[in-house]
Formats: sequence, structure tokens, C-alpha cells
Amino acid sequence: MTSLLVIIVLVFVSVAIWQLTKIFDLTQIGDNAENYQVANDNDNSVNGYLMFAFLVFIYLTTIYCVVKFGHFPLMSNPASEHGVEVDRLMWISMILIFFVQTVTQALLHYFAFKYRGKKGNTALYFADNNKLEAIWSIIPAITLAGLILYGLYAWTNIMFVDEETENPMVVEIYAKQFGWEVRYAGKDNVLGKANVRYIEGINTLGVDLADPNAQDDIQASELHLPKGTKVVFKIRSQDVLHSAYMPHFRAQMNCVPGMVTQFAFTPTVTTVDMRNSKAMIEKVDAINKIRTEKSKELVAKGLEALDPYTFDYLLLCNKICGKSHYNMQMKIVVESPEDFKKWLGGQTTLVQNIKAQEQPVEADKATIDTATVVKDSTVIVQVVK
Amino acid sequence: MSAHDHANEQDHGHEHEHHHKDTFITKYIFSIDHKMIAKQYLITGLIMGIIGVAMSLLFRMQLAWPEESFKIFNVLLGDTFAPDGVMRNDIYLALVTIHGTIMVFFVLTAGLSGTFSNLLIPLQIGARDMASGFMNMISYWLFFLSSVIMVCSLFVESGPASAGWTIYPPLSALPQAIPGSGTGMTLWLVSMAIFIASSLMGSLNYVVTVINLRTKGMSMTRLPLTIWAFFVTAIIGIVSFPVLLSAALLLIFDRSFGTSFFLSDIYIAGEVLHYQGGSPVLFEHLFWFLGHPEVYIVLLPALGITSEIIATNSRKPIFGYRAMIASIIAIAFLSTIVWGHHMFVSGMNPFLGSVFTFTTLLIAIPSAVKAFNYITTLWKGNLQMNPAMLFSIGLVSTFITGGLTGIILGDSTLDINVHDTYFVVAHFHLVMGISALYGMFAGIYHWFPRMFGRMLNKNLGYVHFWVTAICAYGVFFPMHFIGMAGLPRRYYTNTAFPLFDDLQNVNVIITVFALVGGAFQLVFIWNFFHSMFYGEKSVQNPWRSNTLEWTAPVEHMHGNWPGEIPEVHRWPYDYSKPGHAEDFVSQIVPMGPDEKELHH
Repeated sequence: MTSLLVIIVLVFVSVAIWQLTKIFDLTQIGDNAENYQVANDNDNSVNGYLMFAFLVFIYLTTIYCVVKFGHFPLMSNPASEHGVEVDRLMWISMILIFFVQTVTQALLHYFAFKYRGKKGNTALYFADNNKLEAIWSIIPAITLAGLILYGLYAWTNIMFVDEETENPMVVEIYAKQFGWEVRYAGKDNVLGKANVRYIEGINTLGVDLADPNAQDDIQASELHLPKGTKVVFKIRSQDVLHSAYMPHFRAQMNCVPGMVTQFAFTPTVTTVDMRNSKAMIEKVDAINKIRTEKSKELVAKGLEALDPYTFDYLLLCNKICGKSHYNMQMKIVVESPEDFKKWLGGQTTLVQNIKAQEQPVEADKATIDTATVVKDSTVIVQVVK
Repeated sequence: MSAHDHANEQDHGHEHEHHHKDTFITKYIFSIDHKMIAKQYLITGLIMGIIGVAMSLLFRMQLAWPEESFKIFNVLLGDTFAPDGVMRNDIYLALVTIHGTIMVFFVLTAGLSGTFSNLLIPLQIGARDMASGFMNMISYWLFFLSSVIMVCSLFVESGPASAGWTIYPPLSALPQAIPGSGTGMTLWLVSMAIFIASSLMGSLNYVVTVINLRTKGMSMTRLPLTIWAFFVTAIIGIVSFPVLLSAALLLIFDRSFGTSFFLSDIYIAGEVLHYQGGSPVLFEHLFWFLGHPEVYIVLLPALGITSEIIATNSRKPIFGYRAMIASIIAIAFLSTIVWGHHMFVSGMNPFLGSVFTFTTLLIAIPSAVKAFNYITTLWKGNLQMNPAMLFSIGLVSTFITGGLTGIILGDSTLDINVHDTYFVVAHFHLVMGISALYGMFAGIYHWFPRMFGRMLNKNLGYVHFWVTAICAYGVFFPMHFIGMAGLPRRYYTNTAFPLFDDLQNVNVIITVFALVGGAFQLVFIWNFFHSMFYGEKSVQNPWRSNTLEWTAPVEHMHGNWPGEIPEVHRWPYDYSKPGHAEDFVSQIVPMGPDEKELHH
């Protein structure tokens, strides 16, 4: 029934358009009998005014968007040290862009309005002017030179990490369809070697258990970071490309199978402090208002209400990686160095976990089938080699 | 030049001797006439365009109302892809992928450049046809074949290619990773390989034709800017498309023959795969070595068309003709050395990031020159607001708006945080999607009389333009803001992140604009097909333009001009030149005794 209605409406609309054009055409035949699909003075005038109106429309859209959606969450409240620099550069670029946009759109649409054609008018024969060309090559060149230099300065500071002198804490971010895992390097601050070929059982990261550096590695499913400590992330992927995106820290790096990529930053605001910041309280309130409204609808339909939202830093996947790409996330907790130490101290190392798991299993298996265990252990030996 | 003219005359003589009757098949199907091939390209491009736009509307609906089910999903996508009117999450990705592929390659490369290069190169340079009419025909039919294969891939049970139009492996290489990487991906690769062959044949033909077959007096600095744009575009195509072909072939090897060019150390679906030593980053390099110039392959023809239309309808010479040529060449050159800006966070050496930031931001300079030259051309003009002119002004507007945000994305530092968010989607849709589409529409409104001998209805054109213009801004302007809020692209739904709940209303606004804008394209489609048969008959030179194509008779004929090919005596932009009775002086009008040529 609805499809039929839609079809009928479509038919009516097309008939209406057809009729309208017929009427338009008939009214214009008198004007310029030969060539009436070419713009006449009336068309020029109407469209000239519309051009001006369109300029107003662009400005209004801009203002509306800035006021309504322009909380610029990625341009304020950075939670990392280099984020301050990134945001400053972003603001400079944005202001520049808005300025140029406002001026050039004004010129374009105003000229389109002002010089709308009229019979009898003559255009100015003005084909070239080297001075003008020079002006609008040199001004952008100088402006861009400034932006490039600032950008490259910031980029170099962010991307080139001297691990010898800065001694950052090493953390592995591990991506797979469709989740994240992290591995802390432990006391030695060196990650044990790893390769997907070592993946077995709860050793989901494929850590080489024979590597001495791997003995104190800690695997976790939540990323905890100490405030004020530089962290270098060693990023791996198990299957396809992913991208470790931490927008609040202005950090992103792809996860590439077969390769270790890296990104480093110093978190500067703890989760609790961020939750208590004025901007964040407002944002969370606004979101919760939306969620309560939605919950009402859901409850009316007999479904479950939504949980209220509390802010947490997130690690998102930002490179198309498959079906559930849209829900590949991990919570990030930034806390004081003391809290972090406490948390990390409460975690058991990967090697401990594996041993704890193997013993009961092996004991179990031994009673059932000794042959399998023998086979299994040879496999482990081969892998470890 | 004399040798060429001689050749032309011989051609011409040849034409007269064998005046063979065209059958339906040689005239409408396997035609070697460039004008017919242009129409074939255009109509195929439009049909692909309808498919591509319809897909975008479907996934926009999914994004705006992720929890609803829509009967139309079920009707259009079927029970397998959208059971009970709920779009499957991998089908969402498939739609995004095929939308991108179709719009970039099939509509804005073949549909735009293929149509207008074929139509205008011989007509505007004064040639009887392309250098090789036969190769031109093969080029179209390969394009047709690749379109058919691409459309067929939509009906594969496991779904069409779903790894994004950039088809990064391993996602695109492993059917275990996403169902669309099975048969759907194979068909995608086959289709693209054929498409590239078609595109190369076309490009070679355009380059050879422009170099060899210009009529007497048509020096390179008397070429209309359209031809310059098509010529340079063809060169970029020849340089970069083969690289994509190589990437596609290597990917086929990895997928089918077990090589490891792009794959290494993969554990998926519970098993370790044998691949070792390859790198997806290599694929990214190969892909973007085409992928970035592709942006300009799409955009430059649109800019060329705009230059021609703005000059004609302003009744003024294009401002800075030589600067325009220089900027086309500069953009073309720079476009081949900036591909790395798509890969700032790919894991390549950060030093490369610095280099690519530098080259990328340089492109803003010739782009700025072009934008200011367009604006100056309007200044003190006598603007004839034909629909083509409106679309051209619209192009300049979206080119500026979209181009400016490129300053942010091209800066590696800022790209870290907006990379792969909706900010990017908004940026490239405005600067190359909408701009190129406007260029295509402008071209169609302007040269429709040249193609079909009839005029498009201008009032429908006005309705089409204004609604499209408002909707294009309505869709893509707010999209920048959800990008700046950190919303990643290619998410099936944002409901998994309460963090983004406050952006949902923006998504609804965007989708409403998209649906209205999409629906109004039907006005254009109607206008196009209706006017093709029932439009007002065109006069020979309806826009009172200077270029050569308007000196040919309205009725199409083999060889374009009866008798001699006209000789060219001046550049194409003598509009409102003092000392002439009319406000245009055709290129074939000889110079007056005291008249000086501006450039030569």
C-alpha cells in the first residue's frame, strides 16, 4: 500500500513538473522566439539575486553549524602534552580558513549578483594582469610557508621519539577483528618478541614465551596510563589493517599486520579530572538528556532503557576492518602514577597466567589421554624453538 | 602543421569517396564516431551515477536511523542483504565501497572525462575525428564491459567488494576477513583491470589527437582551456593508471596464487596463514600513486569545462589564460608527488610525512590562482545566467570551500586527529565529488545542444541547480563538524559509542538534505531524456561562443565539417573585444588589419 502511494505521489510530482515547464515555456516564447532556452534578462536578474541569497545561505549555515555543533571537542581540552600544540595549529588554520572562505565566497557571489547580465551592457575586455597573478600566487605561498614550517616543527616533535634519552614507558597495542588488547613491557621496559605464529590458547598476542624479555610482560584488556609519563605505543595487528585512534589525546596510528608501528604521547589529564572539567560535564549532560529521551521511547516499546553515559577515554578503530568495525573499542584510563602502579601491581604476568592455566589442564588431560599430551608438548617445543 | 593539414585533407577526400551507409549497429552501437562515443559514455555514466547516488541514499538512511527497519532496504537489497528491512553490517560497507568506486571511476572519470574529451577534443581543435576511431570504440566497449561486471558483482551471494573503495589488503584479500572479499572482490578487480585498459586507450587517443590533429592556426596557446585540461588529464592518467593496474594484478596474485606481496604474519579465523614478508603499506603506496592523481583526473576536466563556460557566459576573456594553463600543469605535476598525504598515519617513515606535507600544501598555490582567476573573470562581466553558468559558479564555490579544508588534511600534524573521520569525507566530497559533478552538469547543460541538437529546458535547470546547491552544502557542511568531533567514517552505526550520541541529530539533518538533493536529480534525468527527443531545436551557436565546435552544423555528420576544416586565426576568448560589432568573435574570424592578438 505504501509503495503504491509513493508511486502515485512520484507520478503526480513528475506530471506537475512537466506541466510547470510547459507553462514556463509558453510564457517565454514571446520573448525570444528563436532561442528561448537561453537565459534572458529576467533569468539573469532572478538568478543574480538568488546568487546573493545563496551567499547569505552559506554564511547562515556556517554560523548555525558553529553555534550549534561547534563545541570543537577536538580543538579544545587536549589530554596529552603534544595535543596543546596540535590544537594551536588547528585553531590558526581554522581561523585562516574561515577568513579566506568568508572573503572569497563573498567576492564570488557578490560579483555574480552585481554583474548579472543585461541586454545592452558590455563586459570589460580584461584578459590579463601579471601584477594580480603575482599577488595571488605570492600571498598564499607566504601563508602556506608559515603553516608548513609550524606543521613540520610540530610533526617532528610528535613523531620522532628518542627512546634512549627520553626513556618512555613501552606499551603494546594489539588489534584484531574486532577488539583490542594491550601488553605492558614489565619491569625491564622491553617487550618480549611476538609473532602470530606463537598464538596458542590464552597466549592470544603470540608472545614468544622463550624470550627472556617476555617473562615479565603483562597482558590486559583495558589500557591504563599514568599521568605525566611519556608512553610509546608499539602497535601490531593480527589480521587486517586497523587504526588505533585516541582522539582525546590527538593520537592515531595504523595497525599493520607483519609490522610494528609506533606512536608516543604523554597523557596530562586523568580520567577523573576530565570528567570533572566544565566542558565535559556539559557535554555529558547533553548526551544524557538525549539518552533519557531515547530511553523513554524504548521503554514505551517494551525494550530496555539505555545506561546513562559517563565519560571515558576511548581507543577506537579508525580503519575499515570488517563487519564489526563500528564497535571495536577499548576503555582508556588515565590515573595518577601511584594509582597506576597499584593497578599494574595487581595484574599477573602472561607467563604466570599460562602456567596457572596449563597445570590443571595438563593434569586433567593426563588422566584422559597421555598420547595427546605428548604430542601437544612436542608442538610447544617446536614453536618455542 | 602543414603535414597534419595535408593528412586531414586526405582524410576528407577519403570520406567522400566511400560515403558508406551506416547501419543501426555501426551508427548507434559499434560506432567509431567520437560524437556518438561521447554520448555512449555519457549515458552509461549517468546510469552508473543513478546507481551510485541511490546507494549513498541507502547508507545515509542507515546512518540517520540506525535502529529503524525500512521496507525499501528489503525491496532494493533483497532478503539476503537486508532481511526484514534491516541492512546487514557488511552490506553497509559494501554499499560504501561500491558507491565510492562507481562515483570516482565510472561516473567522474569515464562519465565526465570520457564524455567531454571525446566530444570536444576533435570539435574544438578542428579535427575530423580522434586519431584512432577504432581504439576509441574499443575504449568505450571495455568501459561498458567493466561497468557490466561491476554491476554484476552486486548480485553475488556473498556480497560485492566491501573493503572500501581503496581496497586495502589484507581485508580485501581474505574472504575470511569479510564476505565481500570473495567473489565480489574478484569481480571488482577484474572490472577495474578492464576499466584501466579502457581508460588508457582513451587517454592515449586524446593525447595523440591533441598533439597531431589540430587544425591550421590552432597553436597550443590558442587551445580552449577545456582541451588543455583534457590533454593534461590524459597525461596524468597514462602516468598513474598503470600503477593501479600493477597493484590490482599483484593483489590478484596474493588472493589466488598464494604470493605474499601485500600480506604477512596473519592469524585469522583460528589459523595462521602462510603469508610472510609482504606489506600492506606497499599496496597503499601503489594505490595512492594512482589514487591521488585520480582526484585531479576527476577534477581537472571539470575545471576546464568551467573555464570555458564562465568565459562564454561572462562575455569576457578568461582572466589569466596563461596562468590557467600554468596552474593546470603545476597541479598535474604536483598531483603525482603528493600521494603520501593519504598515509601520514600508515606507519611509513615520519620523515616521508614531512616531505609529503610540503608538496601537498604547495598544491594550494596553483589552486588559489585558479579560484582567483575565476572570480576576476566574473568581475565587470555581463553574466548570462544559463544553467551551465550557475553550475560553474557553484563549482568555484564548492572548490573553494572543499579546497580550504585541504590545508588541514594536508598538514601531517593535524591529519593525525582528523584522518579517516567524517572531516575527510566532507572535504573530498566537496572538493572533488560535488565540484566534479557540477562540472559534469555544467558541461551537459552547455554542450547538450551540440550532442543532441536540442536544448535542455532552462527552468528545470534552474530548479535542479538551486536545490542541488542548497542540498550539497546542507549535506557536507555539517559533516565537517561531526568529523571534528572525532566520528570515524565507515561505521555502520554510531550507537556503539554514547560519546557520539549528540551527533545523531546532525546525521539526520545530513540525510534529509541528501534525500531531497537525490530526489531532485530526477528533475535533471527527466529533463535530459525528455529534451533529447522533445527539447527545443538548437540553433547553431546558442551561447554565442567563440570555439570551433559551434561552427560545425547542428546535425551530426562524419568528419564534423562539410568541406574544409575551418582555419583558426585567434585565441578562443575574444569576448566583448573592443572594435567588434558583436560581443563574441569566433576563432575562425581573421584578425582585422589593426587588431593585435593578446598572446602569441
